[in-house]
Amino acid sequence: MTQQGVRWSADQVLSLAPDAASRKAGSKLGAAGPWSEAGSCGEGTVWGLCKGSGSKPYQTVVDIADASGPAYKCSCPSRKFPCKHALGLLLLWAGGDGAVPPGQPPEWAEQWMEGRRKRAEDKRTAETAGSSSGSADPEAARRRAERRAERITAGATELEQRLADLLRGGLAGAEQTGYGQWEETAARMVDAQASGLAARVRELGSIPASGPGWPVRLLEECALLHLLDQGWLHREGLPDGLASTVRSRIGLPASADGPPVRDRWLVLAQYDTADSRLTTRRAWLYGAESDRTVLLLSYGAAGRAPDLALPVGLVLDAEVSAYPGAGQPRVALGEQFTQPVPAPIRPPGVTTAQAAARYGKALRDDPWLDSVPVTLDRVVPTPDGDSWQLADADGDTALPLTPAARARPGLWRLVSLSGGAPVTVFGECGHRGFTPLTAWPEGAGEAVPLC
Amino acid sequence: MNGTPTPVDAPAPNAWEELVTAALLGTERRTPPGCPPGPEAPAALLDAAAAETVRRRAGLRPGRAAARVEPAAEDPRPPLPTAAARRLAMLLTDRPGTGGGGRRGTAPDLMELLPQWLATANTQGFAPPPELLPALLDAARGRTDLRQAALAFAGARAVWLARLNPDWRFALRAAPGGGMALPHLEDTDRIRQLWEEGLFAERVALLSAIRAREPAAARELLATTWATERAEDRLMFLDSLRTGLAADDEPFLEQALTDRSRNVRATAAELLSSLPGSALAARMAVRAGACVAVDHTGSTPTLLVEAPHECDAGMEGDGVVAKAPAGRGERSWWFGQLVEAAPLATWPARLGRRTPQEIVALPVADDWQAELHAAWCRAAVRQRNAAWARALLAAPAAPEAGGPGAVSLAERSKLLGTLGGAERADWVAGFISAHGLSEAFQLLGVCAVPWSEPLGRAVVDALNIARDAGSYPWSFSGVMGLAERCLDPSEASRLDGLMAVPDETEDASPGAGGYWAEAFQRLVSTLRLRAAMAEELGAV
Repeated sequence: MTQQGVRWSADQVLSLAPDAASRKAGSKLGAAGPWSEAGSCGEGTVWGLCKGSGSKPYQTVVDIADASGPAYKCSCPSRKFPCKHALGLLLLWAGGDGAVPPGQPPEWAEQWMEGRRKRAEDKRTAETAGSSSGSADPEAARRRAERRAERITAGATELEQRLADLLRGGLAGAEQTGYGQWEETAARMVDAQASGLAARVRELGSIPASGPGWPVRLLEECALLHLLDQGWLHREGLPDGLASTVRSRIGLPASADGPPVRDRWLVLAQYDTADSRLTTRRAWLYGAESDRTVLLLSYGAAGRAPDLALPVGLVLDAEVSAYPGAGQPRVALGEQFTQPVPAPIRPPGVTTAQAAARYGKALRDDPWLDSVPVTLDRVVPTPDGDSWQLADADGDTALPLTPAARARPGLWRLVSLSGGAPVTVFGECGHRGFTPLTAWPEGAGEAVPLC
Repeated sequence: MNGTPTPVDAPAPNAWEELVTAALLGTERRTPPGCPPGPEAPAALLDAAAAETVRRRAGLRPGRAAARVEPAAEDPRPPLPTAAARRLAMLLTDRPGTGGGGRRGTAPDLMELLPQWLATANTQGFAPPPELLPALLDAARGRTDLRQAALAFAGARAVWLARLNPDWRFALRAAPGGGMALPHLEDTDRIRQLWEEGLFAERVALLSAIRAREPAAARELLATTWATERAEDRLMFLDSLRTGLAADDEPFLEQALTDRSRNVRATAAELLSSLPGSALAARMAVRAGACVAVDHTGSTPTLLVEAPHECDAGMEGDGVVAKAPAGRGERSWWFGQLVEAAPLATWPARLGRRTPQEIVALPVADDWQAELHAAWCRAAVRQRNAAWARALLAAPAAPEAGGPGAVSLAERSKLLGTLGGAERADWVAGFISAHGLSEAFQLLGVCAVPWSEPLGRAVVDALNIARDAGSYPWSFSGVMGLAERCLDPSEASRLDGLMAVPDETEDASPGAGGYWAEAFQRLVSTLRLRAAMAEELGAV
């Protein structure tokens, strides 16, 4: 568990920053200048005093050994989390030029660590106690679940009616009716406690303004929403796996109750999506022994980065448990047995034709899937008019990049990395095209994040 | 997948189109095929569309590959060490204009260190990690001062990328010959063809490249088309002869002295006067010599100046510009040009075998000193004559070296350019020790980086004195910024004592001590960072 051997890269540190301004401010503080009494110890704690504008320097301490990601404490008044001082301190430590020597933590850092250890201990004790007693009143829980199912059923039925009305009058009118009606229907689905339906309904509202070809996309999404409604209304007749998939797509909470799978999990990619309320962080992991690719989700309140930070290219020796649903990639992270370490593991890749076939196959278990995680081997980023594609180096087929991927700066990192030569690319492959997330050069070389 | 891939096994090729049409018009107007008309029609349409949507998606296949781009050339340079690559990524993250502003605080300004990082990486001959090229090109796009070093470091792949992204088109322009490859110097046919048919920029690049390797060949190439070139092109081409100028260029330049264009004549004359053995230089020596004499009639020998009374055809033919700029006397204008173009060796011979020092020390009658010394300065710079430059600079501690004497600061920094690096640094160090920092900025700009130890010490001592004098550090922010970039990183440890906040004296400006401590902290942390950068690049 010594972190000294596993220094982080600056990229890793900066990936923790909640926003671009913090990244910049943290970069500036990543030099010896304002820091004094900085140090680190083998248990994975880094600390230091940072001179701010006031007379008293800020006390900054970071616990990098925590399995669920680093924890921070800083005496500065910033509401950003982690603050620029914590980022600067980690950069200083990552820089490795002797500014953060090994040593004994000062008392203020030691106190904080002590408190954390104790809380973690309490939580473990509580969990052990909680799991043994089980749920307090199974009968009451069953009644609650029944009431919720009834509300969802009412919501799905109402939505079916709404879709039928739309198709009766024709989609052509949808361009005029605008966004408001869909927003209202989405609110009804929220009331029905069907958050999955609500999100899909909201999507419908944005399609008529999404450019050429919108009627086809609107019909597709209406049809898949109808399929989901029908799946819910007829869930008793579905096979177990598909029924679970329907429940999770509708928005019913589930717990990751699959058996724990211990593996060496390579972090393939990590990226955030944010709306006004929530930041969602997705991390794709590849199990070197199980040859499985799984998805970890973590959340942060708006403006805050989720706590779990998994830098691309590191390997975790850890257990994960799957969420229910056939073919669902989502898992929960269980126990981590060591600190993440860099390792020269690469996922095995496939051709573009195999990637498309993999998506097609996955639709059998989950027809609502937009994409599947795939690693393409020996593909060349190739310009195609205004667009880009990933072309097989050894064939004449290619997958187009999604419009979103074309607009990102990561595209140019990928093009530059390739230089017209084959590369290995991990990404999401679906009906809109391929979204590259991470790439490796043809020869030796580290993973290059593209998102 | 954007329509390129095709669904397989579609039962009827137009089933989907018919569903879309029915959905657009509405089931009240159009009943989709295979669906019962009436109230059940919408649900039937959605059922069919759902099946068709999943079928279409599941049946997607990759499209056809577009024409491949010619791959980028291999970069033969060794890759950057890992730590240096991380450092570069961090330097590139710190982009200007992303917030901040105001007081600078104690943290180093990373963007200011990028030029030095690039220079060191180029000296060490490393290749960049390809994935950092986009950020590097973006940085070079925003800062023209970075371009040359950034593009040299970025290498051929950056030009390859620039062809694919119009945002980086500047990289094509900045590459010699607009990104085209110059022919081998042995390939005379290609050279001939490019010289005769190429664009102007390509021709200048070609001529400069040849001149750098084989001066005579470049001159001969130029001579083949000289008579037919346009005047402004002749001027640019002639200017390229500055590189590797030598005695055997004289006949060509003599011929250019009779050019139709006055600017071409003036440039030819300037080049000829930089050749002290040229016939033009000898003619100018006679003319200038006739204007200056030693007068022994007074108590001390004094220089007498008799400026020319007219600008004759011979003088004009040798490039002297007859018409004086507004506000200048004609005679002093002509005189300045004669002295500037005369070989400096003229003067000891003409003025009693005195050394340059002795000549410069002679008093000059009738207020001609400024004119005469300024012309000698221009001559010393043009002829790169260190002995005369030394004499004209005088001792750095001399009182007139600090004030606005006969030789301006701009001229002094040009004169310094003719001296060797160590002598230059020593002179500026002596100047700063005697006169402080207020006039030093321009002179520091011509000193080699990192500063020599005596120069560095002189600057730090002068900053320390300025602090003790109680002024605010921002009066010296220019020199402070230079020190951050130019001071030898090994000096950092000697600055430790300056980082503490000093006790406030009565006459000091309020709070100045704290700001000085902050400025010195930033200086020290910048130096430490530069030392780390150099070490990561293996340049220690």
